[in-house]
Amino acid sequence: MSRTGPRLDAKKVNSELFTLTYGALVTQLLKDYENVEDVNKQLERMGYNMGIRLIEDFLARTGSGRCYDFRDTAEKIQSGFKIFLGITPTITNWSPAGDAFSLCFETNPLTEFVELPDHCLNLKYCNILTGVLRGACEMVQMEVASWFVQDQLKNDSVTELRVKYVKRLEDAIPAGED
Amino acid sequence: MKQQAIDTKTNFPDSGEADESLFEYLHAEMVNYVLSRQPPNSKDGEEDLTPLESMGFAVGYRIMERLTREWSRFKDELETIKFICTDLWSSLHRKQVDNLRTNHQGVYVLHDHAFRLLTNIGAPNSSQYLREAPRLLAFTCGLLRGSLANLGILSTVTAEISTLPSCKFHVQVQRT
Repeated sequence: MSRTGPRLDAKKVNSELFTLTYGALVTQLLKDYENVEDVNKQLERMGYNMGIRLIEDFLARTGSGRCYDFRDTAEKIQSGFKIFLGITPTITNWSPAGDAFSLCFETNPLTEFVELPDHCLNLKYCNILTGVLRGACEMVQMEVASWFVQDQLKNDSVTELRVKYVKRLEDAIPAGED
Repeated sequence: MKQQAIDTKTNFPDSGEADESLFEYLHAEMVNYVLSRQPPNSKDGEEDLTPLESMGFAVGYRIMERLTREWSRFKDELETIKFICTDLWSSLHRKQVDNLRTNHQGVYVLHDHAFRLLTNIGAPNSSQYLREAPRLLAFTCGLLRGSLANLGILSTVTAEISTLPSCKFHVQVQRT
């Protein structure tokens, strides 16, 4: 069959498919809900559902065991971003107690091709990520909270996601595990 | 699937490219979301998948704009459809459309023997999830319609499943 153009790069197309699909979803949510806060909440919930499944992919691919401490967790989360989004956020701003850190993103595939219109200033466009982290960590008996401190879409120079350790979920360990 | 897992393990390009499993999970959440907003009193289990279709349209329209930027103009309708069956499909779904039929009067049937979004539900040839399966196709129908729309072809796209994970997309070109 004759070609009329350059070959398409499957990885790149897939990535754009994800980015554009996410964009279409956010647009649909903004259409469905009047309140931007509700959109943020819905994105977080969807992220949670994705996170509880993604953790299985992550563990299967990396073969990593339990985390020794929260610093170890931070590095694993970083490698998770590398595997799934192809980016390496930097880990910075550790709290003195070592229970909170920031992930700084220079680039973010989710926000490629995106500009926020003025009436969406309260929209946390990437809020799905906070849900993914919460869901994934919950599956390994850890409760974390995360939120955006800086956002490139709101003219900050980087996107900064703050992650805080809340508590260890003891009850969720199945019998016979320890 | 297995091959893919090994690939990503040995070679992480730091290039901001999303893993393909992300799309599958995101798609699943979109389906859940659309279903969760169904009015409970819908008649005889009929589901309104319009939002999925329209999200697919938006994605298809935009992705085509980017993909065909460096391509020369397609000769005719058939060549456009062939582009979708070979290049677009293999980039999106790791395989080409298995069979393309047309009546040369604006009806095209794209037959995929193992459609990516259907391969992970149920055993092959089982009819267990046959009733739910159409939900997983609405987005792709819209994606096809949007892609074609960007290339100047107005159409209606429907999907048909007889046995999982095989499915057929019917493209009906609108003539004016």
